This record gives sequence, C-alpha cells and structure tokens, in this order.
Amino acid sequence: MTTTTNVTQKKKDRPNLNERIADLPLPIKVVLWILFALFLFALPLLNIPFITTPDSDFGGVLFTVSTYVLVALGLNIVVGYAGLLDLGYVGFYAVGAYTVGVLSSQHGSLPWLWCVPVAIAVAMVSGILLGAPTLRVRGDYLAIVTLGFGEIVRLTLVNSQWLGGAQGISNIPRPPGIELFEVPSIDWSTGVPVVDLGTTTTFLKFGISDFIPYYWLALVVIALVLVFDILVKNSRVGRAWEATREDEDAAELMGVPTFRFKLLAFALGAAIGGLSGALFAGKSGFINPQSFELLLSILFLAAVVVGGQGNRWGVILGAIVVSYFPERFREFADFRVLVFGLALMLLAIFRPQGLLPPRRTLRAKRADARQHVLEEGEAGA
Amino acid sequence: MPEPTNPEPVGAEPTTPTPASRPSTPATTPVDEVTEINPDVDIAPEDIGVPVVAEGERLLEVDTVTLRFGGVVALNEVSFHINKGEILGLIGPNGAGKTTCFNVMTGVYQPTSGVVRYLGKPLGKRHKFQITKLGIARTFQNIRLFANMTALENVLVGVDAHHTTGVVTAMFRLPKHRREEEQGRARAMELLEFMGLDGKADELARNLPYGDQRRLEIARALATSPQLLCLDEPAAGFNPAEKVKLMELIRTIRDQGYTVLLIEHDMKLVMGVTDRIVVLEFGRKIAEGSPAEIRDNPAVIAAYLGVDEEDAS
Ligand SMILES: Nc1ncnc2c1ncn2[C@@H]1O[C@H](COP(=O)(O)OP(=O)(O)O)[C@@H](O)[C@H]1O
Ligand SMILES: [Mg+2]
Repeated sequence: MTTTTNVTQKKKDRPNLNERIADLPLPIKVVLWILFALFLFALPLLNIPFITTPDSDFGGVLFTVSTYVLVALGLNIVVGYAGLLDLGYVGFYAVGAYTVGVLSSQHGSLPWLWCVPVAIAVAMVSGILLGAPTLRVRGDYLAIVTLGFGEIVRLTLVNSQWLGGAQGISNIPRPPGIELFEVPSIDWSTGVPVVDLGTTTTFLKFGISDFIPYYWLALVVIALVLVFDILVKNSRVGRAWEATREDEDAAELMGVPTFRFKLLAFALGAAIGGLSGALFAGKSGFINPQSFELLLSILFLAAVVVGGQGNRWGVILGAIVVSYFPERFREFADFRVLVFGLALMLLAIFRPQGLLPPRRTLRAKRADARQHVLEEGEAGA
Repeated sequence: MPEPTNPEPVGAEPTTPTPASRPSTPATTPVDEVTEINPDVDIAPEDIGVPVVAEGERLLEVDTVTLRFGGVVALNEVSFHINKGEILGLIGPNGAGKTTCFNVMTGVYQPTSGVVRYLGKPLGKRHKFQITKLGIARTFQNIRLFANMTALENVLVGVDAHHTTGVVTAMFRLPKHRREEEQGRARAMELLEFMGLDGKADELARNLPYGDQRRLEIARALATSPQLLCLDEPAAGFNPAEKVKLMELIRTIRDQGYTVLLIEHDMKLVMGVTDRIVVLEFGRKIAEGSPAEIRDNPAVIAAYLGVDEEDAS
C-alpha cells in the first residue's frame, strides 16, 4: 500500500511545466513573455532550419497560420466555451473578407483600415441574424443550420455579380504602412547563422511580395483578441457560457439567461471570424468564393477539436498543427493530405480531449488519481 | 420560431444517469472525508429587490393546477400554499407528481389549467431564469451540477443570477465587474463554508463524493438568494445518519431566513422537520396538515400502505 501511495505522492509533488511557470515571480514572467513575443516576431527572419518551410514563402505561411489561430480563438468561444457546434464558421470569415472587398474595391474605395471595423460589425450582425432563430433549437439542429449557412454564403458569392461572382473581387487595398527601417534576416546556407543584410524586410511596408509585415500585424491582432478572451472568460460571462455548455436547463434554472449568452458567444465568435477574413482580404488583395470552401470550416473545427476545445492555448496549438504541417510537408504533394487525415484519426483515438485539454480535464485527472490512491490505500489497509 | 422542446424533462427520474452527473465515487466516502457543516456561518439571503412578505404570510400559492402530458394527468387540480418562513413537506409515493409540481413552480412546464401565484401575482409565462431572479430556487432529484466546473464556480453561477456584468464591463474591468466578483466570491465562499465544502472549492464538481455533490446543489441554489428554496429529494441515496444530519441542515437553513419546500418520500424523516405537509398521490392532493394530522390520516396511510419502508426511503 505504502509504495503506491509514495510513488504517486512524488509524482504529484513534482510540479509540471505549467505550474512551474505559474510559480515564477511576476517580473520574470513578464520578461519571459516579452522574450517569447520577440521570438515570435523574429521567427520569419531567423530562417531556422527544418522549421522554415522549404517550398513556400515562410512569411506567407506564418500569416496563414496566424489567421487560423485567430479563427480558432473565435470558434473556441462558440464551440469550446458555450458548447455550440458551428459547422459553418467559414461563412463569417467570408462575410468579413467580402465586406472589405466590397467597401474598398468593388463598390467603394475606402481604405483597408476603415473597412475592418465595418467587417467586424457586419460579421457580428450576420452572426446575430443566424443565431437568433437557430440558437433556440439544440445541438444537432444548430450544426445543420450552420453547415447550411456556410454553403449559402459561398453560393451567394458565386452567383451574385454584385459581389463579383466566381471571379471574385480584386484590387483590394493593403493595410497602411510606414517605411521606417530595414530588418535583416539570418542566413544558414553555410551551416552557421550569419546576419544577411542583403535579404531584408521593410518595417512596416505592406507590399505584394514580402508577407512578413502581414504576419506581424496578425500577431498584434491575435494578442489583442487573446487579452479580450482572457478578460471575458474570467468573468460572469465566461461562467455563464460554461454553465450553459454543461447543462442548459440547470443553468437557466440557476438564473442564467442561456439564450442571450449563447447569442453573445455566437456574435463574438462571428466578429472574430470576420476580423480574420478582413486580414486575409488585406493580405491577398484578391478574394473569390473558392477561398471559402466548406473544407475550411471543417479545418477550423479540426483546429479547435485537435487542440483541445475550451482551452485557448490548446486551440492555438491545434490551429498551428492544422495549418502549418500541410505547408511544411508540401513536397509530398497530395500524399500529405492522407498523412494529415491519418494523424487526425490517431489524435482522435489517443488524445480524444485534444493536444492541450482544458485545465478542467487535467485537474479532474489529477483528482481522479488521488481518489484512486485513496481507494487503493483502503483496500490494502 | 417554436419554443424549445425539452428532450429530457427537467428533474424527471432518468432511466440512466448521465455520466457527467454521476458521482465518480459511490456514497461510501472515506471516513476522514465526511464533511461537517458550519451552521454558524451567516448565509442569510441577500436583498434581491423583491418584496419580502411578513413571517407567516403567503409566499407561494398553487391554485387548482392541472398538468397533462398527453394522456397522463401528472397533476390534477392541485392546490396548496407555502407560508413565509415555514418548511413545507411535499410527499407522496413515486410518480405522484412531486417533481412535476416543482417543474410547474419553476417555469419548466406551463400548467394546463390553474395558476401559480408568487407574492400574490401569477408567475405567468416567465422564463425559468426570470423566475429564479424573482426568488424561487431549486435542486434536482438527479444531481445536475455543472460537472466540469469547480465547486466554487458552480456556486458563483448561482450568485451571478443577480449580477449584470456583461462583455463590455468584463472587458474593461469596470468597477462593477470588480465589485460583483469580490462580493460574489465572498458570498460563494460563505455558502461553501456553511455546507462544509470550503476545503473543496477548487475541486471539479464531478470529482466530489456523492454527499458533497448533493450539498453543493443546495449551496448553488442558496446562492441565488431565494425567498423560496425547493429541495427535490435532497436525501436520496443517503444513509440514515446522513439523512438526519441533512434534516438538521434544512432546519438551520430555514432559521437563517429561508422558506423551504421539501420533497421527500421517507415519511418518518419528513415528520420530524416540517411544519406542514402536503400529500400527493397519482397527481392529486390527498391530504394537507400538520405532521401529526398527516400521520393519522387514513388516506395517507392507505397511500403508503403496500409501499414498504425500504421502497419508500
Ligand atoms: N415530461 C414528461 N412527459 C410525460 N410524462 C411525465 C413527464 N414528466 C413527468 N411525467 C409523469 O408524471 C408523473 C409524475 O412524475 P414525477 O413528478 O416525476 O413524480 P414524483 O412524485 O416521483 O417526483 C409520472 O407518471 C411521470 O411519468
Ligand atoms: Mg420526483
């Protein structure tokens, strides 16, 4: 009896990485965060071997990864926090991108920056319009309705000449920049890292060939959304979402206006989706309905589920996995999709809670283990 | 848009308990884990802005309420009332309509005919959460905690019933958010302490032993500062000693300023703790009166005859 208890005791006493970071004094934590942020900003310039994608522009890949991260954060509010299965999230992404396209190029000439708040608002309103009638029904119906929404948006885009039809919208203006200075990159071609003053990125020029500034912009947006996410989740709003997810009837009977909170989650999720779409439009300068296929909705959802729905760090990791690896292994052409599918299946089998399950699951596991030890101990005694 | 249909009636006995709400450990808690309640902690209801009636006056009135589910008449012209400050027992054999009665009082079902009056006014077609805000709170016969939230968070959701922090207030951490969080946490911790659960504030609800889960349900309901606390078989699954303790707890709760409606089908237990008792059988009220009157009532004896003690407890 004593041996098992002792072993588990030791395991429990050794704090995991998370706890060790949490125990660090605040100034050190701040410094670590700043270093980490600097690393993220420098990532496309460091050209780190193996991490850097060999077959596609790494800056562009990092931007794509960032939009996935942003989308996953938004979808996590809907799916992870409030427990609403949304299969048409790409619809909001499209609404955001097309709002920018219409206002800045197709039917107007507003600068990109002005279009962004409008895109967020339009996506949010479309979320409310879709959610108001459908959030009263539960579970499966919502999944079907949202699935339909995603397709309806795409088909509307294809068939509406006003929206550019199948050709889409081009000449979307770029985000405004100021060209201040050049940032050198690192060259590894000799085997050792050398500062390469020949290949530089202009801070901050949103051009058509160098996508690194777009990635930087996306990083800033992600940071803002993360802060928003943390503040809102740790409040009455976050608790109401979770209670609704856990047991809608019980939540309602404990005074939670569940419909209102579900609609709120839906609207906020849609707004973040629209914001990602606006970023995407600003970077590509060109959008067409093919950029908003159903498959994208599935990938977005995969990012959330693979990462660990309900845990913001988990879904970020999930988004990176889902969007980065297919780019990294582009050399294997279509074969990579097969491997990717297999990997997802293996994940579903071996980590059904996701790569980084929410804290609640981890805590539960630990408590279960403790309970187990207690019972074992009793049986042995 | 049609109103949502409840796929599973709230509080109705489930055929299989949901895995989430099933306690991870059987009722046999290790001896050192038995929780002692702290009756001295002040958990009096907070002012929630509803008129408080004087002690002994009518708080809630069920007036000739009938509820049909298709052919099943779950409640048949049931009338009774609850006075402020009392413990009213609602008893009856299984399937008598006790839980259904709670469901009508908390807005889960609309009566087919008849009205429920609260503080003199009909409840009408209010949403469930609105009724909770008016001061009626309940627990569930089959435990329905927020399984993946901590004990503290469960209680906080109840406290939040009277809070108004929204996205903007939370996002900018406005003073209202801080105030509500601070006061809410303080009240939630008091309630947990009262229930003897303060040491388990950060445990997930689903990892709590069975008895603690039952107590946590009561704490969560109390957190909404109800005028009327409805307990649906809170002692189900308890051993006799635990049951006695729970009845003491219910009396303490009443003494702290709550009115309690208690469903329990163990007759003997109810006798000791209630001021008045209403007896249901097959959806009808067959008796009402003091515990002594109920004990000698032939109709009640007949209803409970044939149901042996083991079955009834
Ligand atoms: N949603 C429902 N649909 C159909 N019948 C129901 C529903 N809820 C309860 N009933 C029926 O109403 C009767 C009373 O049930 P209930 O109130 O749960 O009894 P109890 O007194 O044991 O709590 C039972 O016959 C039950 O089958
Ligand atoms: Mg019942």
